[in-house]
Amino acid sequence: MATPIEKVSIIVAGGSLEGMYPGLILANGARMEGIEADLFFTFFGLDAIIEKRMDKLKVATVGNPAMHMPTLLGALPGMSAFATGMMKKEMEKIDIPPVREFLEMIHDAGAGIYACKASVDMFHLTKKDFCPMVDDIISVGQFYERAAGGQIIFT
Amino acid sequence: MTTAELQRDADGHLANRADWNEQVARDIAIEEGLEALTDRHWLVINFMRKEFDARGDAPSIRKLTKESGVDTKELYALFPKGPAKKAAKIAGLPKPKGCI
Repeated sequence: MATPIEKVSIIVAGGSLEGMYPGLILANGARMEGIEADLFFTFFGLDAIIEKRMDKLKVATVGNPAMHMPTLLGALPGMSAFATGMMKKEMEKIDIPPVREFLEMIHDAGAGIYACKASVDMFHLTKKDFCPMVDDIISVGQFYERAAGGQIIFT
Repeated sequence: MTTAELQRDADGHLANRADWNEQVARDIAIEEGLEALTDRHWLVINFMRKEFDARGDAPSIRKLTKESGVDTKELYALFPKGPAKKAAKIAGLPKPKGCI
């Protein structure tokens, strides 16, 4: 039998709703299996942990061929909000929580939640801008130190 | 029959729910490295059994923590290293199919 995975470090880089959920589901699923997990949010992925933005994340309706929506239609006002609403409804049906609740769950399950220092500096953010679940703002070097001995997953 | 002789599925969970009783649960708990089952463990185990009877699958962690009265932190403390799977195993249920 293959060696079981014991530790994962998951990087979330995308700022859209669909860009964030895979990382959250992987982190939560890891903890459910007894696997150690850290989440590291970078670039636009930071929106998932910014207090003022995390409840307003949207699905991308433009530049997203898998939406099967013509670009001009996707660009209409309200279209992204509409698609986001639809997706949230479907997720609720299969018990996938909203981002804030999901992060609380993942954090309570023992996973670490970190913001990327380079992105935080680039966007002129401070620790105060983040939700309480964020453990720390760390550099890429610290990320690798924490990730030592485990698998790194980029989403 | 001892617990070791009970028929298991590929995941090591009980193959027949009818084989389950509280003593079997206590024996499986020891196999899983839990020292003793407290009232809080039983709350989770009984909730899982009830949900499985109603819906045919073990509840998600989200549902479990919202409805059983045991929160996420406590659940992970009660059943370290994989709460949903471990609690299902002790409850005599198959491995949960859900992702959340």
